[in-house]
Amino acid sequence: MVSVTTTRVEADTSAPAPAGRKFRVPATRRPRNGMLFVAPTAVIVVALFLVPLAILVYMSFTDWPLLAGPTPNGLKNYTDLLEDDQFLGAIIFTIIYTIVTTIVLFAVAFVLVAIVNSPRRGSRFYRTAFFLPYVVGTAAASSMWWVDVHDRFGIFNQVLQAVGLTDGPVGFIETPNKAFFTIIALVVWKFIGFQMIVLLVGLQSIPAQLYEAALVDGATTWQRLRYITIPGLRPTLALLTVLSVTGSLLAFDQFFVLTHGGPDNSTVTVVLALYNKAFQSFRLGNAAAEAVVLLIALIVVNALQLFLLRRRETR
Amino acid sequence: MSTTIAPPRRSRPVRPQGTKLERAVRGTAYHVVSMVLAVAFLFPLLWAALNSIKERDEANRQPPTWFPESLSLENYRNLAGFDQGIGTYLLNSIAVSTLTVIGSVVVCVLGGYGFARFNFPGKSALFGTTLAILMVPYATILLPLYILLSRVGLQNTLIGLALVLIMFQLPFGIFMMRNSFESVPRELEEAALVDGCSDFSAMWHVSARIVAPGVVTVALFAFLISWNEFLAPLFILNDGRKYTLPVMLVNIRYASFNILDVGALQAGIVVAMVPCLVVYLALQRFYVSGLVAGALRG
Repeated sequence: MVSVTTTRVEADTSAPAPAGRKFRVPATRRPRNGMLFVAPTAVIVVALFLVPLAILVYMSFTDWPLLAGPTPNGLKNYTDLLEDDQFLGAIIFTIIYTIVTTIVLFAVAFVLVAIVNSPRRGSRFYRTAFFLPYVVGTAAASSMWWVDVHDRFGIFNQVLQAVGLTDGPVGFIETPNKAFFTIIALVVWKFIGFQMIVLLVGLQSIPAQLYEAALVDGATTWQRLRYITIPGLRPTLALLTVLSVTGSLLAFDQFFVLTHGGPDNSTVTVVLALYNKAFQSFRLGNAAAEAVVLLIALIVVNALQLFLLRRRETR
Repeated sequence: MSTTIAPPRRSRPVRPQGTKLERAVRGTAYHVVSMVLAVAFLFPLLWAALNSIKERDEANRQPPTWFPESLSLENYRNLAGFDQGIGTYLLNSIAVSTLTVIGSVVVCVLGGYGFARFNFPGKSALFGTTLAILMVPYATILLPLYILLSRVGLQNTLIGLALVLIMFQLPFGIFMMRNSFESVPRELEEAALVDGCSDFSAMWHVSARIVAPGVVTVALFAFLISWNEFLAPLFILNDGRKYTLPVMLVNIRYASFNILDVGALQAGIVVAMVPCLVVYLALQRFYVSGLVAGALRG
């Protein structure tokens, strides 16, 4: 009897396994063996992460044409950035893109999660259907859409005409605005599945008893949403915001493949500008300075979001 | 730690509301809306597949035909002759994915075990630095990685690319495996250790079997990411013979100066996406459990 209860207690404490594990057995094992186990991790982290990070910072203070060697040039790369209209334009474009994408993704994801969280038959099929585009690589998906939105080969024009919405080719990536919205549509189609699944997991982790208790107490649908669902989803929403903002600030594939930064360089993101600087203009030093700026911006944005998140959680 | 997720739980009690007619109307509306959306989501995938099995001329027709008037593998044959041949790119992709999956699993299982079971100097510093990889966007360190790899003679090699991809897998993989091993009671291994097992065989014979679902999750994520990765090969590979499938897809468009072959492009898209779809559909539950264990707890 006693042994049964103790093992159950242990099983319970080990199940969620967050910070404080109760049944810590004194570490009798030799630390040296532990270091052997983590040695491969340490080698990779140092060689492929910390060293490149140091190189990046060094590069940003040098004049480094791709095919020649580096010569130190102080802060020139950074002052150059201030006069680089393409890079400044890319920053503004990326910020707008990030805001629009994040909002649209959330709006659509809420609709989809309402569908897949239904107890009705077929909701599993819908879940898989909405998720499948996420599994396809961004380059393949963007290539696919490039054909689909093509004025002559594209099926999207045919669909719109068949439904009676348009008479001729739309020219999906012809003007800066159309190209922007086509990219947003592609991104929603491609990434919404992930957002939906994470929301679904978050939603299902809210204990059903809370809803039952609320029903017994006579809470309305709105009250249940306001006082149970939204607070319960808060960590999930925070995580998705961080992921969506980070992912959008680093967007590259879809712009490189679908619009190639066009028309008229209207869809150049920061990473695309960085890539062009390195491999079209062959100015590694300038590209490195752009990378450092991007890196700092991301760390600040992430730290800020995590800070706001923690504060809201404790409130 | 729950390593599998139950099939969709009814988190809310279903209350029959309204008359039978009202319920029927609501049910129909639900399915109509959902079906339209499902078709919209699946349509581009299906259309690429459908177009790829038309004859070359029909696949390139303007405007396109809805349903194939002809069935043919011509597009795939043309793809086989594109530049280095689809076989080369396919093999490159398989090689990179295999190396990345094996490498990630080995490093993350060992590392996760080390972090879960041992105390040693620098433990939390190393763990924190590993997680910091997530904070540093990969796009920004590809440039120095490219320089670094060329210094050690690994630029333009599939091994170099795989090493970079393994590094990007570490934060998720290490976190996942550490949590998995921590959820296995130490007592299970203590017995083996008392019997004279080494640390490694204690892990291998006792815990490794129990954390198998976590291992599958790490492998699945490593596969999907390495198979689909576009930016890293674009930076690191510069020889057409080394390109992976995603890079090849983009090249079909830019390399064919004279005639763009939409049929071959779509055949290429199908070759690139089918393995992911199949692997995902087969291992779906590990994907969701990975999200639960890794993303949501982290």
